[in-house]
Amino acid sequence: MNEKEPTMTQTPTASSPNTAITDFGIDTTTMSTSEAVRDYFSRLRAGQLGSLPALLGLVALVIMFASLSDVFLSLNNLANLLAQGAGQTIIAMGIVFVLLVGEIDLSAGTASGVAGAVLAMHFAENGNLLGGMGSTVFILFLAALGLGAVLAMLLRIWAGAAMSVLGIVIAASGMSANPWIEMLLALCTGTAIGCITGYLVSRIGMPSFVVTLALFLAWQGVILQFIGEGGVIGISSSPVLDKVANGNLSVLGSWLLCVVAVGGFAAATLGRHFTRLRRGLVTQPTSIVLFKVGGIAAIGIAATALLTINRSPNDNIVITGVPYVVPIVLGLLVIGTYVLNRTRYGRHIYAVGGNREAARRAGVNVTKIRASVFVVCSSVAALGAIVYSSKVGSVDPQAGGLNTLLFAVGAAVIGGASLFGGRGRVSDAVIGGTVLAVVANGLGLLRQPAAVVSIVTGLVLLLAATVDALSRRRAASATR
Amino acid sequence: MSEPILHITGLNKSFGPVHVLHDIDFDVRAGEVTALVGDNGAGKSTLVKCIAGIHGADSGTIEFQGREVHIRSPKDAAQLGIEVVYQDLALADNLDIVQNMFLGRERGSAWLLDEASMEKAARETLASLSVRTVKSVRTPVSALSGGQRQTVAIAKSVLWDSKVVLLDEPTAALGVAQTRQVLDLVRRLAEQGLGVVLISHNMADVFEVADRIAVLYLGRMAAEVYTKNVTHGQVVELITAGRSGDIGLARPEHAVL
Repeated sequence: MNEKEPTMTQTPTASSPNTAITDFGIDTTTMSTSEAVRDYFSRLRAGQLGSLPALLGLVALVIMFASLSDVFLSLNNLANLLAQGAGQTIIAMGIVFVLLVGEIDLSAGTASGVAGAVLAMHFAENGNLLGGMGSTVFILFLAALGLGAVLAMLLRIWAGAAMSVLGIVIAASGMSANPWIEMLLALCTGTAIGCITGYLVSRIGMPSFVVTLALFLAWQGVILQFIGEGGVIGISSSPVLDKVANGNLSVLGSWLLCVVAVGGFAAATLGRHFTRLRRGLVTQPTSIVLFKVGGIAAIGIAATALLTINRSPNDNIVITGVPYVVPIVLGLLVIGTYVLNRTRYGRHIYAVGGNREAARRAGVNVTKIRASVFVVCSSVAALGAIVYSSKVGSVDPQAGGLNTLLFAVGAAVIGGASLFGGRGRVSDAVIGGTVLAVVANGLGLLRQPAAVVSIVTGLVLLLAATVDALSRRRAASATR
Repeated sequence: MSEPILHITGLNKSFGPVHVLHDIDFDVRAGEVTALVGDNGAGKSTLVKCIAGIHGADSGTIEFQGREVHIRSPKDAAQLGIEVVYQDLALADNLDIVQNMFLGRERGSAWLLDEASMEKAARETLASLSVRTVKSVRTPVSALSGGQRQTVAIAKSVLWDSKVVLLDEPTAALGVAQTRQVLDLVRRLAEQGLGVVLISHNMADVFEVADRIAVLYLGRMAAEVYTKNVTHGQVVELITAGRSGDIGLARPEHAVL
């Protein structure tokens, strides 16, 4: 790094209070477009790649599969692909929070499976969990929810405590089956699980790897206990539970979504940009901001237009509209991004991941932040369980097991989130999740055996981890 | 001379059986740089941590602006206006300058941070300290050089309207030019009326910026002297032997040397 030393010597009198801020080097608030572009490339060279490798990889994969398979680019397949990847993408969004503080949650997959199993059982037994589980298991289940609530209170994570208590109320009251109640119960179960994980990791101080590895196994057993060996609980007979991942918005609804999403993004981005510009704060050039907004708008409108065309392969049925999973994933993306970028909580998550000691000395409650990310992760994983259970139409003892977790972690890392903490965004999970969904879908269309799919997915993840490690090394050497 | 802003008398601190600080008297005056020197293990860091509220003192009184205070946590210290800039740079690499300077004390509501006001305040503070080596206040700290990071860490304490700033080895890991930058900044802090405590091993630095020198020797305050009244050699003797001529401890410990 070049020392810009001479500038120091020119300002012996600069500390007079009347000197305008603009007299100083730190007034670089706006850049011309060419400067910004050059700045971007120099940051790329310095190893700050962000989501770029994943996006390039996505484009390459799409081109490859499109040229190898006629079906890949068909509208029906693309819509299907979105729904296939949604479950693991949502789990990956929660994992990003955990990765940001430099921890790992290996139990997110099976925790989501537990939430899915509770949801399915509540639906199948018409709310009579006591009958479905047997009294011993039911009491233990309530005790676990209660434990989650107590631990959340000890950590002063009130939202987690409230959700856990709500879960007890729903489970114990034996309300009859209602899809919305079931989804809420699944979410509450996920939250309670997260409270337990968070307490063990941050208050007791066990390494998250060990805690969540143990819980990964334990939750797998819990799912098996709930559903029974070789059992399957179908949920597709509920129209709402079925539609979460298999239904579509109406054409009108699709365009409304498009207007709200694109319009909202444009209004938020441009509003922020011009406010900052007016107040003389650091901004990107207007041309680049306009280009970004225009690009997103174009993609949004084009996608909506394509998804509102009839894509049914069968002449007798009409399938139109944006799948419900799109607004679900977009909604979570917006909420997650807002929380991480604009709230104090999000700022503290990044700080704890960047330098835990510095955060502690700055007065951040590190224990609470570290615990809370596990609560977020398990809660979001429960939402993922709702989506993937809906897609499959049933919950079996393998729900959330096998590769669910590994794919979710892989999605976050492929998108650009770092396993070392401090770096990552919720959008990384969406990009990475899309990459993995494209790989699985494309290889499936090419009739490749499961062996090839696993090997290719593994190689993609390895590539992403390599890019992360190399860019980190680059970034480290660039500063010294 | 003016009343000390921070006045410590009879401070003791033990860790189990190890008596680290013996009856320490220590003053910090506003507008002055007080160097705190001593060999490794003399108790410099412990003294700083007692002042910063990281360790509680076993006995002794701390008066701040003429009023006795009890500092039980880093928060208490921060509320009084006592800031510590640690040797290992308490900055989060992945956050930018503004985010680091306001870490833990963000402006705006918890659910919507006021970035505009934080950015302005950060820039004004850096400008008032004549820091112009930083291109943009939105640069991530990972992209800064060692000297620039130290500058940001020190500027952070100014931003918080601190009355007393304790700098733990601010130049230890820096090159010549960067050391120059930071020492200039230390001087400027004192000129702005802050009480500055500089912990350093580097005699050249100490003699360049410090108004007074406090020497710790095996957990005891060997001497508090004006820089202009002593020579390099005398200070080195105080550090290594606890006394030099007629200044220093009356009975130096015979256990060492």
